[in-house]
Amino acid sequence: MAATGHSAGEYITHHLQNLTVCKVDGAWAVGGACQGKFYALNVDSMFFALALGLLLTWLFGRVARRATTGVPGRLQTAIEMVVGFVDQSVRETFHGKSNLIAPLALTLFVWVLLMNMMDLVPVDWLPWVAGMAGVPYLKVVPTTDVNVTFAMAISVFILVLFYSVKMKGIGGFTKELTLQPFNHWVAIPFNLVLEGVSLLAKPISLSLRLFGNLYAGELIFLLIALLGIWQLPLHFAWAVFHLLIVTLQAFIFMMLTIVYLSQAHESH
Amino acid sequence: MNFNLTLIGQTIAMIVFVWFCMRFIWPPLIRAIDDRRKEIADGIAAGEKGQRELADARHGAESILQEARQKAAQVDALAHKRSGELIAEAKEHAVSEGERLIAQARTEVTTTQAKARDALRREVAALAVAGASRVLGREVDAKAHAALLDELAAELERQAPRG
Repeated sequence: MAATGHSAGEYITHHLQNLTVCKVDGAWAVGGACQGKFYALNVDSMFFALALGLLLTWLFGRVARRATTGVPGRLQTAIEMVVGFVDQSVRETFHGKSNLIAPLALTLFVWVLLMNMMDLVPVDWLPWVAGMAGVPYLKVVPTTDVNVTFAMAISVFILVLFYSVKMKGIGGFTKELTLQPFNHWVAIPFNLVLEGVSLLAKPISLSLRLFGNLYAGELIFLLIALLGIWQLPLHFAWAVFHLLIVTLQAFIFMMLTIVYLSQAHESH
Repeated sequence: MNFNLTLIGQTIAMIVFVWFCMRFIWPPLIRAIDDRRKEIADGIAAGEKGQRELADARHGAESILQEARQKAAQVDALAHKRSGELIAEAKEHAVSEGERLIAQARTEVTTTQAKARDALRREVAALAVAGASRVLGREVDAKAHAALLDELAAELERQAPRG
């Protein structure tokens, strides 16, 4: 279902356009008219993010409620493998005690993984179904929306700031920002710039890494979709490779979250 | 890069999902995993203990068996010895009993012989008196000739073969 009736450029632009809804001059508008407006909502990103989040909480919640200490079922074993994997990752990196970090890491890992997995649904299926239903745009991978990745990265960043202040005190945190790496009062402005940049780089790199990888992956799927019959083996090959990227990016996102939060807990 | 309300919507969604996970998913799952780990560790420890106890019990059974075997051998030997003694005793008893019976029989034979000889002698004496009466033609007063008769009887006895 390649670009019949569209040019290749139009096809790609169309597929990379979020279902953005906003109000323009008192009337509802969709798509390009909402570019650059803050009071607009990417309905497709929100829908798939919430749907996958609900799937995750429903599935894990169901298993958690019925969790047995005895011989576990297959589903419970699978869930426990994920939980055990996240728990081990947290234990290896974070040595303090926190009731938040492990569940946060689990939620982020599985949620981001599920959102990334949407990339493996053939690129035209869901937009085509949506088009039949009268929805003009549909981007099915929430992590290709910079809003989604930034929202998660900023939440993590706020937690980093919160724990930095909580564990080290405002004085300790300020000292960390101003007296490193050169411990002399003359170097304070220089240190502040250096540490400030490295602090701000955390959420930006965290979100852009995920966004960039998934956006690029999606774009390549779209390019392959333009190739006519030859798209079939290429789609398969790229999907197999993408499976790796999808999992790896979810893991990196989780791991960096743990690392940032453990840095916030420990003074170095 | 279009930042819009999705940023806030996603943040709220994330807070809610993380809170849910922290409250309802993570604790029961990790508790189940930890409890099971403990159960498995306990099970393995119990299994090892059981194995050790089994080995000990086997060892104990072996020594008890050994002891029983020894005791049985002792009893066997004792019984052997006792039966030998009993047989010897019985033999001895039988021999002495036999000898006693033989002696008794012998005395009986002797008395019977003596009795018979006595009776015979008396009969011979009576016959001799009767013969003498007949020869003399008159009654011989046995009392008057008792000394003579006794002497005759003694003579007979002396001449009769012993046995």
